[in-house]
Amino acid sequence: MSSRSQAKLGRSVALHLFLTPLALIWLFPLWMMTIFSTMPDNGIFSPGIELLPHGNFIENFNNLQRDTDFVRAIGISVSVAVTYTVLSVLLTSMAGWALARYQFFGKGAVVAIILGTITLPYAVVLIPQFIMVARDFKLANTWVALVVPPLFNSLGVLFMRQSFSMMPADLFDAARVEGVKEWRIFLFVALPLARPTLAALAIILFLASWNNYLWPLLINSQPGSMTAPVALGTLIGLTKVSWGGIMAGSMMLTAPMLVVFVLLQRHFIAGIAAGAIK
Amino acid sequence: MAAVTLSNVVKRFGNFEIVHGANIDVSDGEFVVFVGPSGCGKSTLLRMIAGLEDISGGEIAIGGKVVNDVEPADRGIAMVFQSYALYPHMTVEQNLSFGLRMTGNPKGDTERRVKRASEILRITELMARRPRQLSGGQRQRVAIGRAIVREPQVFLFDEPLSNLDAELRVQMRVEISRLHKELGTTMIYVTHDQTEAMTLADRIVVLRGGHVEQIGRPLDLYDNPDNQFVAGFVGSPKMNFINGRVVGRDTHGIVVELAGQERTRITQPLIGAAPETGSKVIVGVRPEHFGNAGEGDADLVVRIDVVEHLGGTSFLYARTTNGEDVVIQRDAAKVPDTTEVTVSIRKSYLFDENGLRLR
Repeated sequence: MSSRSQAKLGRSVALHLFLTPLALIWLFPLWMMTIFSTMPDNGIFSPGIELLPHGNFIENFNNLQRDTDFVRAIGISVSVAVTYTVLSVLLTSMAGWALARYQFFGKGAVVAIILGTITLPYAVVLIPQFIMVARDFKLANTWVALVVPPLFNSLGVLFMRQSFSMMPADLFDAARVEGVKEWRIFLFVALPLARPTLAALAIILFLASWNNYLWPLLINSQPGSMTAPVALGTLIGLTKVSWGGIMAGSMMLTAPMLVVFVLLQRHFIAGIAAGAIK
Repeated sequence: MAAVTLSNVVKRFGNFEIVHGANIDVSDGEFVVFVGPSGCGKSTLLRMIAGLEDISGGEIAIGGKVVNDVEPADRGIAMVFQSYALYPHMTVEQNLSFGLRMTGNPKGDTERRVKRASEILRITELMARRPRQLSGGQRQRVAIGRAIVREPQVFLFDEPLSNLDAELRVQMRVEISRLHKELGTTMIYVTHDQTEAMTLADRIVVLRGGHVEQIGRPLDLYDNPDNQFVAGFVGSPKMNFINGRVVGRDTHGIVVELAGQERTRITQPLIGAAPETGSKVIVGVRPEHFGNAGEGDADLVVRIDVVEHLGGTSFLYARTTNGEDVVIQRDAAKVPDTTEVTVSIRKSYLFDENGLRLR
C-alpha cells in the first residue's frame, strides 16, 4: 500500500472514530423511545437502563387509542400537514417568484419586512394571532384555523426567491419571446427547474406542521378534532402520566418522518445546498 | 420578412444613459451585425428590438409598425440567446414545440413546423434527447431551431457563437450564413467578434459607448473607416497607429513626418480642410500595407520582437525607433532574418487628434 493511500485510510479511520460516538449519542434517545414504547407505563422508571425491547407495544397502543382516538388524530395531522405543505409551497414559491423576477415599487421594503418576521420569536406572534383567528374570525376549533394562519412562511419565501434568482433569466426571456404567458412560465419552466428546492422546502414545511404543538393546542383542543401531538399531550394528566402510550404514539409520529427523510435525503441535501456554489 | 427601423432610440437605466439616440435602418431580408466592445450597448439595442427592454426614447418599427409598446411575442421576432436558453427539463422536441404548444397553436401545424426546423438544422435524430445530452454545437442548433419554428419576420441573435470552440464557431458561422440564404429572413446579429461580423454581415453597425460609430458593408468599413475606433476595431490584426506631425503641403496633399527624419515622411491627399503645419496627427497603417524598403511613401526602421508563422502568412511584431508597437504582415517566404529591418508604408489613413478621419 502506498503511503498516500495509507494516509487516506488513516484519515478515514480517525473520522469514523470521531463520528461514530456522535451518531450513537444522537440515536440513543430515539432508541430509548423505541424501548419505552414496548414497556409498561412505569417501565420508564426502572432502575437499570434497558436496551432491548419488551412486548407491551400493542397494549400501549390500545391504551393510547382508547384514551385519545389516536388513529383519527393521526388522520387529522396527515390531512393538515399535506394541505398545509401543498398550499404553503405554492404560496411561498409564487411570492418568491414575484420577488425574484419583478421590479416594483417597495420591493426592498417587502423583502426587509419578510426578513424581519424571521427574527420575531413565535411567542410574540402567537397571542395576536390567536385573538385574530379565534375572536375576530371565529375560527377556533376548525380545520381552517390549523392550516391557514401559518401558511405564509417567510423562510420559504426567501428560500424560493433565492432559488429562482439563480436560474438564468434568459430561460424566462426565451419563453416570453415565444409568447408564453407569465403564469405558464412559472408553472412549466420555473417550478420544474426548482424541483430540488421545492422538495427540500416541502419536507421542512411538512415536518413543521407535523410537529407543531403550540398553535394546534391553543386553537383546536376539542376531543375529536385534535392533531396527533396535541392528542399525545392529553396523556399527561395531573395525577397520572401514561408514558407507555406517549412513547408508542411518539414512535408512530417519528417513524414515518425518518423513513420520508431517508428516502428524500438526496433531494433535501441538494435543495439545501443549491446556491452554495455557482 | 420585415424591415426594422430604429429612430433616435435611447436607453437609460435610472439617470445613466447607455444608448444615445441610435438611428439604424435594416432592410427587408438583410443580415445586419451589431459589433462593438463589451458595454457598447449592442445587446441592449437587440433586447429593445426584441421587447425585453423598455425603450427610454425614440421609436422602433418592425415591418413599418411602431412596436415600442408591443409585447415581445407580438413583434414577429424570434431570438437566439448567447446561453442557448434551452429548457433543461425538456427534450429537444419539447424545447422546439414549447412556445407553440403554450400559445395554443394547432397540433398539426406545430408538428409540421418542428419537423421542418429539425430537417433544416439536421437535428432529427436528436429529438428525444435532453439539452445536457447534446454537444455545444447541437445545443446551438436546437436554439436556432426554436427560433425557426416561430416562422418570424426577424431573427435576432445575441452572441450565439461565443460559447463554442474556435472550430465549431467557424462551422456554425457558415451554417447561419446558409440559413440566411435559405430562409431569406431579416437577421440582426450581435457580436463582439469583428471576424464574425465581417464574414456574416451584409452590413455592419459599429457601436461604441452607446453611439453608432459607422454603418456600412464589411469591406467599406475596412477600406474606408470614418474614425480611428472603427479603423482599429475592424480587421485582424488591428490597424497600426503611429503618431505623426504635419510638416507642410505639396501639390499631392499634406506631408506628415513619422519619426523626425525626412525619409519617414508620407504625403496624404486631402479633400477637406487640412490641419495646420505642426499639428499632431495619427497615421493608420494596416499590417498588409507595409512593404519592403523603397516600395512605398515612407521608410521606417523597426526592430522585430516576435515572429508568428501562420503557414502562408507571417506576422512580425515589431517596434519603431520611437517605441511604437506595430504588426507587419509578410509572406512566410519573405520574413527577414535580421532583427532590424526597414519597411515602407504603401497605404495609410490619417486621423486627427480626436480620432476623426482626415480625408
